[in-house]
Amino acid sequence: MPDQTSTAAPERILRVLFVLLAGAAVLFLFLGRYPSLGFVSLEQLEQDKLAQQLVLNLRLPRLLASILLGMALSAAGSVFQMIFSNPLVEPGFLGVSQGAAFGAAFGIIFLSNSVWVVQASAAGFAFLGLLLSYFLARRVRFGGWTLRLVLSGIAISALYASGVGILKYLADPLSQLQEITFWLLGGLYAITWAKLRSVAVVVLLSLYVLYRARWRLNLLALSDETAFSLGIAPGRERALLLTMATLATAAMVSVSGMVGWVGLIIPHIARRIFGADTRYVLPASMLIGAMFTLICDTMGRTLLNGEIPLGILTSLIGAAIFILMMLMRGIRAQA
Amino acid sequence: MSDVLLALRDVSYRYDTQESLALKAFSLDIVRGSVTAILGPNGAGKTTLLHLIMGWLRRQGGSIDLDGRPLGSYTRRALGQMIALVPQSEHVVFEYSLMEYVLLGRAPYLKPLDMPGEEDCRIALAALEQVGLGNLRMRAITSLSGGERQMVLMARALAQQPKILLLDEPTSHLDLGNKGRLLRLLEQLVQQGVTVVLTTHEPEVAASIATHLVLVRDGQVKHVGRFDEVFTAEQLSETYGVPVKVCAVDGQHVVLWHDIRQPA
Repeated sequence: MPDQTSTAAPERILRVLFVLLAGAAVLFLFLGRYPSLGFVSLEQLEQDKLAQQLVLNLRLPRLLASILLGMALSAAGSVFQMIFSNPLVEPGFLGVSQGAAFGAAFGIIFLSNSVWVVQASAAGFAFLGLLLSYFLARRVRFGGWTLRLVLSGIAISALYASGVGILKYLADPLSQLQEITFWLLGGLYAITWAKLRSVAVVVLLSLYVLYRARWRLNLLALSDETAFSLGIAPGRERALLLTMATLATAAMVSVSGMVGWVGLIIPHIARRIFGADTRYVLPASMLIGAMFTLICDTMGRTLLNGEIPLGILTSLIGAAIFILMMLMRGIRAQA
Repeated sequence: MSDVLLALRDVSYRYDTQESLALKAFSLDIVRGSVTAILGPNGAGKTTLLHLIMGWLRRQGGSIDLDGRPLGSYTRRALGQMIALVPQSEHVVFEYSLMEYVLLGRAPYLKPLDMPGEEDCRIALAALEQVGLGNLRMRAITSLSGGERQMVLMARALAQQPKILLLDEPTSHLDLGNKGRLLRLLEQLVQQGVTVVLTTHEPEVAASIATHLVLVRDGQVKHVGRFDEVFTAEQLSETYGVPVKVCAVDGQHVVLWHDIRQPA
């Protein structure tokens, strides 16, 4: 039996995960349909200008984006699950995902076609969703803080969801509706270096803060007064980490569209391997999440001649894994 | 160094959601190295009192001094190093191992972005061993019985190495064997210099360990003082609003309820 006081075993598994992710990333960079399914050889890369362009300017930013997306969604999922002491929570709570969806649809219809505007609108409304949920929760006069936040989040999400419905109804079915639909399905096919750069700083910074605070996160799952008795400021620290998780999610979702199930399912897989301690669960979630979206996105662009939207694949595979885990008692928590 | 570790003077507190005060002009001295038991009917303000002492609730009137300094002048971390709370129960959602859970007690000694180190692990393990669960340190806390869980909460508080240990109805989930174990553990701690403040609904628990007693009713101190002075039938009856009788059996105090003994 390994001693819990030793940190060697989980750290070794984390290193293995990291190597696996790096290996998969390099492999998938060369995999694709050019012109038919296969790997681009190094020779080809040297001689074929088009292949160079393809690998460096299309596949590489997309691949990095899929890794960042998985990291952001899974890390945010872990953070939300801890802070709400609820293993069935993900960034979709607190109006973040629905807010981003509403923002994108709103941008597409009323603001402009520019991707920048749509992105900013999505991120803005996602954040507004968090703020609205937070302030609504503060006004509610019954129940514990977690219950109030979750209830408020559900209400704000529902408002946004109905807003998305109205916007879809209003949208021009020939152009705007299509665009909204693609955005709601989620995908990384339109990623460019410029888009990636526009969000990478925010995402990496937020993830760094979450990573550094990974042990602290354990304390934020405790009740307010217990957390306080351990010398921390539960309200302030929860708000800070939630903000970081939301920032990372909103920024990534603003370029990827809606990609579901990652934030819910990945932390469960990480906990199955590492137990409950977020010192390991958080980095493990990031690595496994990155691997998951990387694989799904690679499947999305290689399985068929056309593109399969990423959001569809993550939901399909994620839900299947979730059902399997439920049947195999893999959900290691008491909700 | 004064004998009084914690001094409450005319403290009042009212919850946002309530009309009346939860505590009214509450004054109390807690003596260094004592075991103070707080007794009183449900809703008397016992838990509120603990939450005020640990600084979680801010008093709305009066003053609270800890070790000669206003409670408010301590940082959260300093308070976490001085005062530990053992809550009545704790809902644990995730499958922490006992060791991971008890390590959380080291938080007041760590900076926000620090990880617990070897020394922290050693202290946490010692705390687990002190409550008799050292051999279960790898077990999931969710697999424990209610009594064992209470002991884990106790171990986490010990890992804080506090000067004052607050316990909110520590024996309410424990069977007789575990009750005895907990009380013996508290005695050990007192010998090590820890000051203990506990709330309880069981007068016998107070009788078996308390050096000082506070009888609380409707947010006010009814009677306070050394255990022998306060633990009388008259004062307990007045506090609970029920006639009670105090007997001594083999040197132990037992409280009897008159009502139960009369046929309906």
